[in-house]
Amino acid sequence: MSMSAHTVPRHYPIPGEARTSSRETRLGPVSVGRPERTLSTAVSKVGLSEICLSYRTQADERLLALDHINLQVRAGEFVCIVGPSGCGKSTLLHLIAGLQAQTSGQVLVDGHPVQGPGTERILIFQEHGLFPWLTVAENVEFGMKIKGVRKAERTEKMQHYLRLVHLAKFEKSYIHQLSGGMRQRVAIARALATEPDVLLMDEPFGALDAQTRDLLHDELERIWSDSGRTIIFVTHNVREAVRLGDRVVLLTFRPGRVKSEFPVDLPRPRSLEDPEVALAARAVLDELRDEINRFLEAEYSAGVKPRIKPGDEA
Amino acid sequence: MKRAARYVIFYAALLGLWTLLAELKIWPPYLFPTPWGVAEALYAGFQDHTYWIAIRVSMQRVLIGYSISVVLGMILGLGVASNKFLEETMGGLLVSLQSLPSICWWPLALLWFGLNQNAILFVVVMGSLLSVTLAMEDGRKQMPKIFGQAGRNLGAKGFKLFWYVLLPASLPFIVSGLKQGWAFAWRSLITAEMLYLSLGLGQVLMMGRDLNDMSAVIAVMLLIIAIGYVVDGVVFKGMERHLQNKWGLAPAS
Repeated sequence: MSMSAHTVPRHYPIPGEARTSSRETRLGPVSVGRPERTLSTAVSKVGLSEICLSYRTQADERLLALDHINLQVRAGEFVCIVGPSGCGKSTLLHLIAGLQAQTSGQVLVDGHPVQGPGTERILIFQEHGLFPWLTVAENVEFGMKIKGVRKAERTEKMQHYLRLVHLAKFEKSYIHQLSGGMRQRVAIARALATEPDVLLMDEPFGALDAQTRDLLHDELERIWSDSGRTIIFVTHNVREAVRLGDRVVLLTFRPGRVKSEFPVDLPRPRSLEDPEVALAARAVLDELRDEINRFLEAEYSAGVKPRIKPGDEA
Repeated sequence: MKRAARYVIFYAALLGLWTLLAELKIWPPYLFPTPWGVAEALYAGFQDHTYWIAIRVSMQRVLIGYSISVVLGMILGLGVASNKFLEETMGGLLVSLQSLPSICWWPLALLWFGLNQNAILFVVVMGSLLSVTLAMEDGRKQMPKIFGQAGRNLGAKGFKLFWYVLLPASLPFIVSGLKQGWAFAWRSLITAEMLYLSLGLGQVLMMGRDLNDMSAVIAVMLLIIAIGYVVDGVVFKGMERHLQNKWGLAPAS
């Protein structure tokens, strides 16, 4: 049984949409229209349409990193993006954050094209990206300070968000005095304090030990369901993706394409150890393994172009 | 405590050797003064305010010159670091200019500014600007990219991005360059001051020579060393320690 045979996500019952777009993607990028215009009356929170990104290598060749990515994320949805390393999933987040520009295509937030960074979309980096010259409190207040929020209001919000991640006692600490898990929680608090609509998380828990990660999964799930924010979460860990996401989007290896989407219709709160999570993860993993195998095949038979047979999933 | 003891022993021995050599009277006292002769000269110099005035004038100059260097150097360094064309062209020029002793700018400064304070300031700026620029350029490159990205992500851009993110983020990487720039500024200043009637420490030093007063010469040399050392030890060491504490770069104590 494949996860993709499951019904629509529990929270946002818009039937068929996710499935349709994934089928279309498999047929090839050319045939894909702009689903946010044609299929849905409501504007997606985040819409990626026909995103392509290519680099110029040192040998002056063009390397296609992202290939006609189409993805619609509804407001309040928790979407996880998985894929083999080097599929461009982190880059995709940078594009949504506006820290990098795509070669062609459009990133739409609330229907408006993204042009540069904006505080309604905050990215949480894998290596947290906190400022070591500032205290925890100053880090959390940073976005508000740049915006020109008054000190009293800043302090109040800072304390609120630090309480939310259970770090109220560490206001005055510097970043280096915190453990890895605490740092990621500060990063989450700092992101939330600018009150973004969309949280972009780039393998935020990748470097943490298992226990800390479990704890942060619970906290993130709680914060997400309390705040109703949209989260796009990138990871290479399929279990983590299934544990957290309403939907798991699988990208192919370079160039990154949307290979398939898996709605995850499991009750929350979930746990990594749930047998349902494991089962759902297996379905995703089967396709991901395919993708990795195909890449390895290409890499080990040097010079041979990777064969891409349409629809040869397990 | 042991370290303090070592210091005391070392300097006591040095002073003892100096006294011994002076007392042996191998050289006449006007060529090789005793430690207390120097101490007397120091006392007299402070008593008649010559040294106070000289210190004030010199410090004022070096502060102005160094501040100009830091501001210009940071702008230049950032420019060179963030622009490939500038990096390839001006980067090399800056490095090659650094081999030019700052006092070589003196004749040029005299012709441009005349025999006045501005000429001295120019030499001070030329002496320290390059090390600040190169340090800033290097610091900007060494600084992890993620800070700039995180800053922009949180809404900072333009001057705010520079002031609140790029500058503090690069400080640990440029503090040694700033320190070097200070040392160059101080040396350039004293050299330039020795070349004309300038009221500063450099001139007082030359006055000692003109009066054949070796005690005064050594007294002023000690002053110059002391000021350089205090600024280095108090201002820059303090800054380094402060940064280490914040960033957690300090060796475990």
